[in-house]
Amino acid sequence: MSSRQRNLDIVWLALFLLAVWQGLSMLAGSDTLISPIGTMRHLAELLQTERFNADMLETLRAIAAAVPGAILLGVSCGVLLGLHHRSGDVTEPMLVTLYALPKVIFYPIVLLICGLGISARITFGIIHGVFPIILFVMNAIRNIRPVTLRSARAFHLSNAQTISTIVLPAALPGIMTGVRVGTSVTLLGVLIGEMFAAKHGLGFRLMTAIDSHDQASIVAIAVLFSAFALIINAALLALSRRINRDT
Amino acid sequence: MIGRDGVIRAFIVALFVVALELACRFGMISKFTIIPPSQMFASLLDILSSKAELSQIGTSLLNIFVAALLTTIIGFFLGIGVHAVPRLRAALDPLMVSYNALPLFAFYPLFILILGVGSPPIILMGVLLGLPSMMLATMNGLDCLPPVLSKVGSVYHMSPMSQALRLKLPAAAPYLFNGIRLAIAYAFIGVIASEFILSGSGIGFGVGFAYNSFDTRTMYGLILLVVILVAVINTLLHVWDRRLESRRTR
Amino acid sequence: MTSTIDRPVRVVSTDAAPSEDVHIAVKDVHRTYPARGGSGAIEALASVTFNLRRSEFFAVVGPSGCGKSSLLDLMAGLGRPSRGTITFEQRRIEGRVPDGVGIVFQEDASFAWLNVYDNIAFGLRRGGFDGAEIGRRVDHALRFMGLVDFAKAYPAQLSGGMRQRVCIARTLVMQPRVIFLDEPFGALDQQTRLLMGDELLRLWRETGASILLITHALDEAAMLADRIGIMSARPGRFIEIIETHWPRERTSEIVAERGFGAITARIWSSLRSESMKSMARR
Repeated sequence: MSSRQRNLDIVWLALFLLAVWQGLSMLAGSDTLISPIGTMRHLAELLQTERFNADMLETLRAIAAAVPGAILLGVSCGVLLGLHHRSGDVTEPMLVTLYALPKVIFYPIVLLICGLGISARITFGIIHGVFPIILFVMNAIRNIRPVTLRSARAFHLSNAQTISTIVLPAALPGIMTGVRVGTSVTLLGVLIGEMFAAKHGLGFRLMTAIDSHDQASIVAIAVLFSAFALIINAALLALSRRINRDT
Repeated sequence: MIGRDGVIRAFIVALFVVALELACRFGMISKFTIIPPSQMFASLLDILSSKAELSQIGTSLLNIFVAALLTTIIGFFLGIGVHAVPRLRAALDPLMVSYNALPLFAFYPLFILILGVGSPPIILMGVLLGLPSMMLATMNGLDCLPPVLSKVGSVYHMSPMSQALRLKLPAAAPYLFNGIRLAIAYAFIGVIASEFILSGSGIGFGVGFAYNSFDTRTMYGLILLVVILVAVINTLLHVWDRRLESRRTR
Repeated sequence: MTSTIDRPVRVVSTDAAPSEDVHIAVKDVHRTYPARGGSGAIEALASVTFNLRRSEFFAVVGPSGCGKSSLLDLMAGLGRPSRGTITFEQRRIEGRVPDGVGIVFQEDASFAWLNVYDNIAFGLRRGGFDGAEIGRRVDHALRFMGLVDFAKAYPAQLSGGMRQRVCIARTLVMQPRVIFLDEPFGALDQQTRLLMGDELLRLWRETGASILLITHALDEAAMLADRIGIMSARPGRFIEIIETHWPRERTSEIVAERGFGAITARIWSSLRSESMKSMARR
């Protein structure tokens, strides 16, 4: 199956889902379920208001701090735990448990520690994203064939050199997957944080819309956020594939 | 059964708890921020002896169980279905891969609209969260079936249904088990997060309510409950997984 | 052991045995795989005619990709020929594995989720045999294949050679009248293969079954078989069938006999040009 046909199939599927959405909307009436076109129209209206743009910016600021934070913390911990087998073995089930925990229950604790400002939301994002990244990176490193690391010793490299020139490149595909998954959940973490404990940001707007049954805004904001998240995801996926092709 | 690693883990947890306890008692951490673990534990015991709280907890656990069960069954059959149509699978791939980026919680009001209030929309959230993972695990399992398996089935004159049940299902079991683990984890997250942000009952709601009422004691008791539940379930699944794995890999 | 090494090896290129002696008759069989994806149709077998005689040990050798496995699949009922007929015990095989056929595959076909005992008992349990009979047959197979100490082990805990022994034992207990083996020892080291060859000969003598073995190891074919069919490069067809005249009570020690080298040389002289054809094609 050529990639051209596959891309075409994806487009067909997307169009089909949109058509189903449109159909359901017409069936249920646009008060119950807003149509795709109605959503775009409402979104366009929102994007023209200053307040909405300010909220978007607020969310972006939190994301811009949370994502690099999660990646840095996650990759460095993942590398250390991956290289030191014993530590990795001991901590892995604990990390899996932490990954499986509903992070939302820690939100009140974070708020108690950080207060109600943007640092709280950044922390939410980070605690969501850091665990999958650590797990993926750890596994990627542990899956490096031992012969690769043995060859490194033959070159008399220092630890730092080994990590930067051999370990990281060898584990890069797995690291990229972890970064992609971690970024996605970090975005969600920030959004959910804003839904629970903020007076600004897209999450706050979403919560307000939910509380006031403003269906049009709910769908518009959800679509906007999804589009943003999907684009970032797609970009990281393309980057992953590009890197894999070169390795 | 508890290996050396398990002992070290227990030790680390114990160390953390003791350090936290001392930090709280000696005033390094304000008791308005974090309460000592011993008090958290006492709070948990209080919660467990309160009938009203127990019924809330029971509701949450039931929702989680139902969500995990539905995810496993629906995900399994959907996985088989999508696996059988390679074009559909390829077209769905970008969606499955980016699924965890979607803010499903935003559509919660829609669920209420369709299913009414109460448990159903919460269960639906838990199911939607974990469905792709179970589907992917099922598809992986089917991918990894050794081709020689169906030949062996022919030699024993097994019908397709018999082959599916007695050969393919056991062969794919490790992958399915992984899918079930994820289904359980996502059911937990989906149910509790929905309760926390969007609903009026259950453990998740209880945590948020306690926070908003400045009842840090109850709040931490409930948080501890969730942590212990997830840790215990995860440990059981981990041990079971290890035991199965020792039989199937060298 | 008396040997007949001084008699020159007889080479036949057609097969004319009286019909009661014939266990499986392959007549003018062709097999073409339809075009798929980017590649065109593949003609795997072109006009194969030969008879597998009762209780004989027949080996098939040939260059890679020549259609040996396809032939085995067809003879075992795992596929249908595009042309020609295959009869098993005077009845046509219609794309279904006949009763009394056992197959040992190239890949590891042991069931990873069952221990050795349950693996071996699998076919018996499905076949509705009673518990006592199952116990008898499985115990016998365990002893015969030297697996008694491993009855409770899982395949993943065993070496490749032992896993193949489990597959052979699983086939054994069904008391097949014909046993097909598709490069069963391909992944094993030479020493293990020689020993497994001995086990195969023991199996053959004890069960009286007809055996068709596909192997790429010429010395293995020369050592084990009564007759050796040499297949051409794709599309496959028998170019020669060599008779070895080994006594039934043979073991791997035959490799020391003079005639052994002659047979192996005979096989290779036919096979060499076919192998080069096959290699040039890749």
